[in-house]
Amino acid sequence: MNLNLDFASIIERWPTFFDGALLTLQLAFIATMLGTAIGVLGAIGRRSHHPIVSRICGIYVEAIRNTPLLVQIFLVYFGLASLGLKFSAFVVAAAALTINVGAYTTEIIRAGFDSIPRGQIEAAEGLALSRAQIYWHVVMWPAIEKVYPSLTSQFVLLMLASSVTSQISAEELTAVANYVQSDTYRAFETYILVALVYIVLSLIMRAGFWLLGLVIFPRRRRLGTPL
Amino acid sequence: MGGTLNANHLMFLGYGALWTIGLSLIGLLGGGIAGFIIALCRISPNRIVRLLSAGYVQLIQGTPLLVIMFLTYFGLPTLGVTVSPLTAASASLTIYVGAYLGEIWRGSIESVPRPQWEAAEGLALSRSQRMMKVILPQAIRIATPPTVGFMVQIIKNTSLASVVGFVELARSGQIINNSLFEPFLIYTIIAGIYFALCYPISRISRRLETRSGPARLSLGTA
Repeated sequence: MNLNLDFASIIERWPTFFDGALLTLQLAFIATMLGTAIGVLGAIGRRSHHPIVSRICGIYVEAIRNTPLLVQIFLVYFGLASLGLKFSAFVVAAAALTINVGAYTTEIIRAGFDSIPRGQIEAAEGLALSRAQIYWHVVMWPAIEKVYPSLTSQFVLLMLASSVTSQISAEELTAVANYVQSDTYRAFETYILVALVYIVLSLIMRAGFWLLGLVIFPRRRRLGTPL
Repeated sequence: MGGTLNANHLMFLGYGALWTIGLSLIGLLGGGIAGFIIALCRISPNRIVRLLSAGYVQLIQGTPLLVIMFLTYFGLPTLGVTVSPLTAASASLTIYVGAYLGEIWRGSIESVPRPQWEAAEGLALSRSQRMMKVILPQAIRIATPPTVGFMVQIIKNTSLASVVGFVELARSGQIINNSLFEPFLIYTIIAGIYFALCYPISRISRRLETRSGPARLSLGTA
């Protein structure tokens, strides 16, 4: 075993790694935003009294949660292509990640909705709030506040999972690593460095969500309960 | 290129699916052993052991499995250790699954009510007796639903072994697609097979969860 590590020639290329990390964060950001929107709509849909609506949302969640992201990415990539639509790898990657994380978010937010006591909704009805008002003020925000830690973990996992989009040559961090290691033949050093960058990115995301939590849920801060 | 999907292709997919199951079992077994050791280390009375195991979990949970796969398959040979795709995939899954199962099981062990520990101590049982005879039998019941849920994650994560050239279900799909070039059809079939493998386990996990009190969400994206 010849231990002859050379990190310097890898770190030299930090601008490409930086670009890759930036793209990873962009993918994570887009998928988090759109995924949250899908999650809220999906959770409302799953609780709908319309059997067809709740059934469709249920099928979406189960189909995504029980198949690998890699296969989903290929399906979106080739599916769009066979429809004659040509998009950049970045758009396809963002779309596939959004569809994926939307299903997990739906399930988490639905659990939050289910945790709102029936009495709260009845009280709101007693105060003559409209259905939309009840959903917004009594169900949605308290529910999201309750499941906020789970959502945070899910979105960090999503950021890590975005590495899989390197397989359709989206130029994110892992794809950059593959390129650098094939250029330098320093695979071990490259992937160790990239693993460290991912760890830093996940710490950044956790810190960001923690700060965001302080801003959007001021009640928690006042009560002094930990996030 | 050319030709249509025939029985031979489906056979090939069948073999791929068998390897997916095999690799999942390897991941479950290897990761289970690693996870058990980590769970015990995480609650060790020794502070250094606790810190080291917590550091391991943090490192692995902050790294994508894909990067771990690349590190073992492409990284180790540059250090002079050559590994086959099967070895690389098994080792990566063991490392990865161990960190997650370790955390799940640590939570289960710690959620055994405190008085149980104290009572066992009051009966003058040694630490290993306390663990084996009092705590673990109860922790296993708490741990079963999330562990079964995590098995779905393991099955889905084995698809990443395809990137190091291991021919499991996803890779066999890619190979067939290279000759037929009908990606949408083939990947739909592949997704269907994965669904058939995972959905029953998801159902079992959910039934176990509702039976044993408060449901815990199992996270994952892979």
